[in-house]
Parts: sequence; structure tokens; C-alpha cells
Amino acid sequence: MKLLEVKNLKTYFTIKQGTVKAVDGISFDLDYGEALGLVGESGCGKTTSALSIAHILPKEGEIVDGEILLEGVDLAKMSEKEISKYRWNDVSICFQGAMNALNPVMKIGEQIAEAVMLHQGLHEKKALEKAASLLELVDIPGERINNYPHEFSGGMKQRVMIAMALACDPKIMIGDEPTTALDVMVQAQILNLIEKLRSEFNMGFILITHDLSLLAETCDKIAVMYAGKIVEIARSQDIFEHTSHPYTDKLIKCFPDVTKGKLMPEGIPGTPPNMLEIPLGCPFAPRCEQVCNKCRQVAPELTEVGNEHFVSCHNWEVIANG
Amino acid sequence: MAKIFEVENLKVHFKLKGTFGSQKKTVKAVDGISFSIDEGEVFSLVGESGSGKTTTGKALLQLVPYTCEKMLFKGEVIENSKVGLKNFRQKAQMIYQDPYQSLNPRNEILDIVSEPLIVNKLTESEEDRLERSRIALEEAGMAPGEDYFFRYPYELSGGQRQRVVIASSMIMKPDFVVADEPVSMLDASIRTGILRLMMKFREETGVSYLFITHDLSLAWLISDKIAIMYLGKIMEIGNSDIIIKGAVHPYTKALVEIMPKPGQARLGERNVLEGETPDPTDVVEGCKFCSRCPVHMDKCAIEEPPMIEVEPGHQVACWRAMK
Repeated sequence: MKLLEVKNLKTYFTIKQGTVKAVDGISFDLDYGEALGLVGESGCGKTTSALSIAHILPKEGEIVDGEILLEGVDLAKMSEKEISKYRWNDVSICFQGAMNALNPVMKIGEQIAEAVMLHQGLHEKKALEKAASLLELVDIPGERINNYPHEFSGGMKQRVMIAMALACDPKIMIGDEPTTALDVMVQAQILNLIEKLRSEFNMGFILITHDLSLLAETCDKIAVMYAGKIVEIARSQDIFEHTSHPYTDKLIKCFPDVTKGKLMPEGIPGTPPNMLEIPLGCPFAPRCEQVCNKCRQVAPELTEVGNEHFVSCHNWEVIANG
Repeated sequence: MAKIFEVENLKVHFKLKGTFGSQKKTVKAVDGISFSIDEGEVFSLVGESGSGKTTTGKALLQLVPYTCEKMLFKGEVIENSKVGLKNFRQKAQMIYQDPYQSLNPRNEILDIVSEPLIVNKLTESEEDRLERSRIALEEAGMAPGEDYFFRYPYELSGGQRQRVVIASSMIMKPDFVVADEPVSMLDASIRTGILRLMMKFREETGVSYLFITHDLSLAWLISDKIAIMYLGKIMEIGNSDIIIKGAVHPYTKALVEIMPKPGQARLGERNVLEGETPDPTDVVEGCKFCSRCPVHMDKCAIEEPPMIEVEPGHQVACWRAMK
């Protein structure tokens, strides 16, 4: 049995202007110790997918369809009361912007202990001991549980966030842009740390990022999202070497590659569609160079084009064959 | 080639007031750096946050108090009078990082773009102002320009906002622009459009850029020369290919080594530097990088290495580079 299986997940937001189909039928699975990268432009539904899995959607959002199977147990239809047994104990999230995610007037140790006390029912003294050992795990001396967030550097705060996410020995950790606001050297330290912990605890890891260049060296699998859908999903090497979706192709070319010549990237013309009125057919069609009449009328289905390699494009062969 | 900027031994020190009777401290944001920028060149400053990149940019634009042995703009000293600075600022402009914060939310796009013309009394008539704003917007890739005149910043996307920022800098036809992380807030797909726009202006008008970034691969892509900064000092200067492929300084090497390369899996752990950047208020004897350097020697902690030329146009400040 897989650790996590997401099947046809749909999360919609109901707002005054209408319904936003933020996540519109995505499917993927994740094994123990495996890392999956979710990548795409802002507003493509990466974060909403993560929030759906952990059931912490804002009140406008709702999972309208699909299954989220964690070791065979469906989380999608659970009530608030039922889910609290799994949230943080089995699925935890490490958020973007560690600078703002910690409470500035509470000691670090108390903030970590809070999660332990709530989810594992430990007493304060035991919980603080656990907090200290968690800090050690992320290479921060345990005695610093009595410090306040302002006494920590940006990289250390992000490590505290990771410690907090690890507090209840989760089976899956989701990192929502965990290194975006950090310096390159600190980013490398954090990624090293996450990889070490992942193999140590055989934990599933979902990395959400807009930085495609990071994913090849961090993740086993990559899912590229566009307008609420997964347009291509494959093993990391295949995404780069056998790129089959025009959006993936363009996105890869947006990142400079120092091993190749200095070529100014083309960029992707146009903007992502308005999520309130997604056009008929393929959502990427207005920005696509390989667009044909069929693309404007019929939305392509995700089809298998290689071993564990799925693409939703009518003309994928054109891209795959260069 | 003619130089647009020549700087020698630039220092920017900020004095911090002691709070609650604690000792007064000095932050040495920039601590003695020298470089020159050619006309029409893209010169990148790369470094971690707190390394003094932005402060250097601000000092060149005369926006923070500084000391130096020499600072020449187009071969001349910048006059430190009201008129002198006004003339200088018509020729030297800045593009800020965050287009969500650098545009006044209550001003219309037309007013934002044409403000420099009004401040400098460079436009005689309303028609002239409208015409020049329209051209500026269209050159920045926002055509037709008049469609955007009466919109507010909130109606535009991040990329469009940054184009407005660029239009309002370029309307003065500057010779020199400091671009402080101009694309770091934007999606990768939009980034390249902004970079292409900046390069288009360089080709058309010969403007020089001081490009400030933390992203080494981006700096490599667009610049002629790169300077690597650490804790207020320049560690290495060279043309962009030398920095990426033939770096000499251990800090540059470390930065190149951890740079993610799209599509390439990494074998084993990333080789990260131990520890963290020292507090800029601490007094560091010797080489500033010594505390994190994997190959430091006894001498490094005592005496600061001078900037030496290892080959023409490639300078390094490291004792190991000495023959």
C-alpha cells in the first residue's frame, strides 16, 4: 500500500464573484521516504493542494470531490473532529516565510511544546523536554528553547518551523516554499537537513515551490501544475530529459543553465487564465505555441506516455520529439 | 573604454545609538570597496543579505552618507550641492525590488510615470507630458500606453507594475541605473520579460546597470562583470564566465558549488559552509570570511588580504591566491 494516494481531488472556493476551481481533479501518489515536487506559477493551486491534504483550508474553501487516502484511510470526507487525530500526527506542514510564522512574544520552546501537548497529550514538562530534543534534531542547541524568535536568524527560524512540523513524528511532511525567503547558503543547509531527516524517518515529503531548478536535486518525482490541474507528472529525470508538455518545456527554459551557453530565456507570453472563467478546452492553449483547433475545444486528459510519466496535451509527441 | 563610475575605497558606516545605556556600535555595511563600471556595462553585485549590496547601490546614487578616496561619475566628481545632485539624479536612477511597495497605491499610472518630468521641470505642456508618458509606457512593453494612464497600481499584475517602475526610471533617459533585485519578487515566467526589457534599453540607449542580486545564475546570464560581496567587502571580481567556471576565492567557489543546476541530480550532500555570517557590528580582524572559510590559514585571522589581480580583469582578495 502506498503512503498517500490522492485521487481526483477537487477543491473549490466560493466567493462573491463565483466559484474558483483552485484544484480541479488532481491525482498523484507518494511512497514512504519519497519526495514529490509540486511546481507552477503563483495561483496554479500548489498551496491549495497542500492545505486540502492537511484539512486547513480557509472557510471559503471546500473539498468537493475526490479521495485523499493516507495508508488507505480517506481523509477527504472526514469531519473536523475526525481529522484532528491525523493532522500534525501524520501530516504536517512547514510554511513559507518563517520570519512571520512564529509568535514573537512566545518562547521558541513553548511554541513547539504547544503542538506536542495538543496532539500527543503530554504534560508541559515532558513537552518541553521533547521540544529541546527536536531542536537538537535540526542542529540547534537544546537549551535555546528559552529564547524568543527575534534572537534567531532567518535560517534558524526556518529550522524551528521544521522542528515544529516534526513534533509528532509525521508520516508526511509538506514544505510550502520552505526556502524561498532565505539566502542561497542557508537554503542549501535547510535542504540538506530535510533530506537527512527524510531518509532517517522514512518520511514522505511534498515540496511546493516555484523554483524548478531546485527540484531535480531534491525530489524523486515532479508534478507540474497549471490552472488547478496537473499537466505533467513523472520521475525527475524524465521531466527534464523527456519533457512532453509545452508548459513544462517553457518553464524549464526560464531558468538559466550555467552549463550551457548564455541564452536569454524566452519566457512565457501572456498570463495564467482568470480562475473564475477558465476557458473551454486546454487552459494553456492561449499561451501555447503548439496550439491547434482541438486544444481550444477539448480539454486533454492526463495520459501515460512513458513509465510513470503522465501528460495532458494533445500534441505531446511534438514536444517529446523536440 | 570610458568609465561611467569609478569608486575607490568606498565605506558606509552606520552608527547605532546605544539603547538602555549599552555600548554604541558601528555597523560597517560597506567597508572599503573599489571597482569601476564601464559605459554600457552590466555590473552585478552578488552576495547574501546583509553583505552590503544595496547599501553600495544607494551610496553610488548619493542616497546614504559615505566616505571614499575617489568617486567619479563619467570622469567627474559628483557635486554635493542641491543643483549638482539634481543634475546627477537626472542621469542616475534606481529600480527597486518590490513593485508592490514601490508604487504609490493612490497615484494613477500616468502620474507615477511622469513624476520625474514634473519634479525636474522638463515638460512644458500637458500634451508633451502625455506623449512622453505614452512613449515611455510603450517602450516598457505596455502598449497602448494611454490605456494604462488612469489605472491604479492595484489593477496591474506584478510584472506590469515592474514595467511601470522601469518606464518611470527610463523616461529620464538615464546613463546609469541601479537595479536592486528587480525580478526576485516575480514568477520565473515573467522574469525573463523584465530582463529582456532591461537589456533592450541597454542596446538602444547604452545605459549601464548596477545589477544587485542574490541569484548567481541570473547574474551570470545578464552581466558582463560580477563582484562577489561578503560582509561589506568585495571578495572577487571578474567577468561572468570566470566567476562561474574559474573562481579562485573559496567563498565564490562555495556559492557556485551549491547553485542548483536545472535538470541535474546531486550526488551526495550539498557542500555548505559551516556556521553563519558574523554580526556586522562585530569587529572582525583579518579576512572577513575567515570564520567560515574551509581552507583558512593562521595568517587569515590576523591580516586582511589585499585585492590582487590574478589575471587581467580578475581580482581576488585571498591569501591563498598569492603566489
